[in-house]
Amino acid sequence: MRVTIASGKGGTGKTTLSVNLAAYLAKHKKDVVLADLDVEEPNSQLFIIGEEKSCTTANKMVPHWDKSECTYCGECADICNFNAIVALSDEIIIYPQLCHSCYACSELCPTNSLPMQSERIGEIKLFESKGFDLIEGRLDLGQEMAVGLIAQTIDFIDKGYEDSLKLFDAPPGTSCPVIEATKKSDLVLLVTEPTPFGLNDLTLAVETMKVLGKKMGVIINRYGIGDDAVEAYCKAEHIPIVAKIKNDKAVAECYARGELVYEQIEHFKASIEQIANFIEDYR
Amino acid sequence: MKIIFTAKGDNWESKIDERFGRAEMFVLFDEADDSFKAIKIETEHMEHGAGLQTAQKALELSPDVIITGNGAGNKALDILKRSSVKMYIGAGEMSLKEAYEAYKNEKLNLQF
Repeated sequence: MRVTIASGKGGTGKTTLSVNLAAYLAKHKKDVVLADLDVEEPNSQLFIIGEEKSCTTANKMVPHWDKSECTYCGECADICNFNAIVALSDEIIIYPQLCHSCYACSELCPTNSLPMQSERIGEIKLFESKGFDLIEGRLDLGQEMAVGLIAQTIDFIDKGYEDSLKLFDAPPGTSCPVIEATKKSDLVLLVTEPTPFGLNDLTLAVETMKVLGKKMGVIINRYGIGDDAVEAYCKAEHIPIVAKIKNDKAVAECYARGELVYEQIEHFKASIEQIANFIEDYR
Repeated sequence: MKIIFTAKGDNWESKIDERFGRAEMFVLFDEADDSFKAIKIETEHMEHGAGLQTAQKALELSPDVIITGNGAGNKALDILKRSSVKMYIGAGEMSLKEAYEAYKNEKLNLQF
């Protein structure tokens, strides 16, 4: 089973929740693996005292220009949906950051002047920690295509952890990387806060997940601040509220020290337990 | 001199479009024969790489000068700098006519 922890808004507590949930489940003898799919800025690893077990290079295929037979017809630039190729009268310029590896330019080039070649975009690391593994996708600086690396990180997990409960820590927002991190999941847990900002971005996330046809649950973090509009919204939309995590400065202090929160704060542990039970019931 | 203006309309009274990559249109003015031509640039559907395509379009018109507002972004600059074109910026609030006069009077800044 795959569960994605997502949110419209950034900074709602996805990573805190993912790491604590994984650690809690592992402590209770559950077979669980955590994936950090926020490949543009992965940080789950900061909260895990683990050992790096492997590091795999992640590549993508991009066209390379071979000028010998090129007639500068410009078909490649015309056909590229992602504007990754500029055809000038005496040069074909490729922007690998924009390339989606669709092969159209390479396949349709009349002179076969754009052979595809592998190019590094980042790495996939495996950390072994107390009772569970963390798989981290990390995009190299200057790379723009998070989606490909997210897909490769999920593949890595699907191959190595067939029967495990797979927790995916998603990037924030509602754009392509979030869709890639949720599209294969059985359940999406949306973390939000009870504020107008939280509600606005939760609404966007819910609308996105509806299009994908995903089962959802909402976790309200920092419960007690703001207003009750998020709760009213979830009720109206018939989305279960899985847990309400109390607003508590002690949680932030724990997090800032890089420590597991559930081991130290009872009410937080109770919320994690509710989330674990919700997932268990869902299974 | 062949001059491209990034424009929001197709005549001398139209405003300069301060954006380069996502400019609404180019107006190509050739001082040699006073020819004046508006060319639509369709980048609304592009999520990424609009600047690159606009730069390519600009070079296809082989201008000597481009007059715009804020200037081009890094990727577009990378393309434009392969030619000898000069880009003048700071005309964002002007009409095409005002921008042309400002260029003539050396009141615009050179981006490159």
